[in-house]
Amino acid sequence: MSHFLAMGGYAAYVWPAYAVFFIVLVADYLAPGIRRRRQLRELRARLARQSARQQRNPTPSS
Amino acid sequence: MANWIPLWLHKLGSPPIFYRFAGTLRPWALGLALLLGAAALYGGLVLAPADYQQGDAYRIIFIHVPSAWMSLFIYGVMALASFIALVWRIKLAEVVAMESAPIGAAFTFVTLVTGSLWGKPMWGTWWTWDARLTSELVLLFLYLGVIGLYHAFEDRRQGARAAAFLAIVGIVNVPIVHFSVNWWNTLHQGSTVRILGPSKMSGDMLWPLLTMMLATKLYYIASLFGRVRADLLALESGKDWVRQIAEAEERR
Repeated sequence: MSHFLAMGGYAAYVWPAYAVFFIVLVADYLAPGIRRRRQLRELRARLARQSARQQRNPTPSS
Repeated sequence: MANWIPLWLHKLGSPPIFYRFAGTLRPWALGLALLLGAAALYGGLVLAPADYQQGDAYRIIFIHVPSAWMSLFIYGVMALASFIALVWRIKLAEVVAMESAPIGAAFTFVTLVTGSLWGKPMWGTWWTWDARLTSELVLLFLYLGVIGLYHAFEDRRQGARAAAFLAIVGIVNVPIVHFSVNWWNTLHQGSTVRILGPSKMSGDMLWPLLTMMLATKLYYIASLFGRVRADLLALESGKDWVRQIAEAEERR
């Protein structure tokens, strides 16, 4: 195992390369999910405000 | 819309249908990408023998080369979608083009960093202004330019059209990156894997490389679909289908 991790003396180059690859791709994959949830939350808040306004004055002025 | 385009393709261009389609396909693409990626890494890091000149340092190839291929492939997809968006004004094509840019930028960044980490032990330098390296850096700047231009406009669709134009103009850089190792005398090694003719690589090293290429392609589909879904929700937030999704998600 330690022989494998040593990468023939190139561990300091091989493993950081793989780390960068995975960190960048994981961040890339997770970003849109966070964005999507935020958008839906904001939309729900907007809808809630809308329906509250309608309850206060049932005949909208607009 | 021209009538030679099949009806199903036309329907797939509609945001709510594509949203559902992308939602079902995405987990499969990611699952398959992870499976193939794991197999490729096992083959590349464990099974493949060390290189007779580069020792174990060459193992960076299994992420460096697939990332580099993806950086060019995604640019091609982005430019093609940009062209479709500009000519036929299809909203989905705009979204695909603009959401491909960050993924392409990510792969280009990975290519440059892993290349640098490979260059230090092999060439003795992190960076050199060689044709391949410089054109790949220009590719990163093109991606960043497309992303920046897209977000510089108040109106998203106007921004998408301006950025799509830049993406199309920038396509000239793609063949430059690809052929730079043949056209100029560079420090970067030439292509090892060839589409035409036999590859200059042993099978033990070739199959993990090609499997990783498939895995990154599938990853791109998964990532792109997630991004397109988020973007479609934002673009169509006033529509009924988005409202239904927002309400359905609240109940969960």
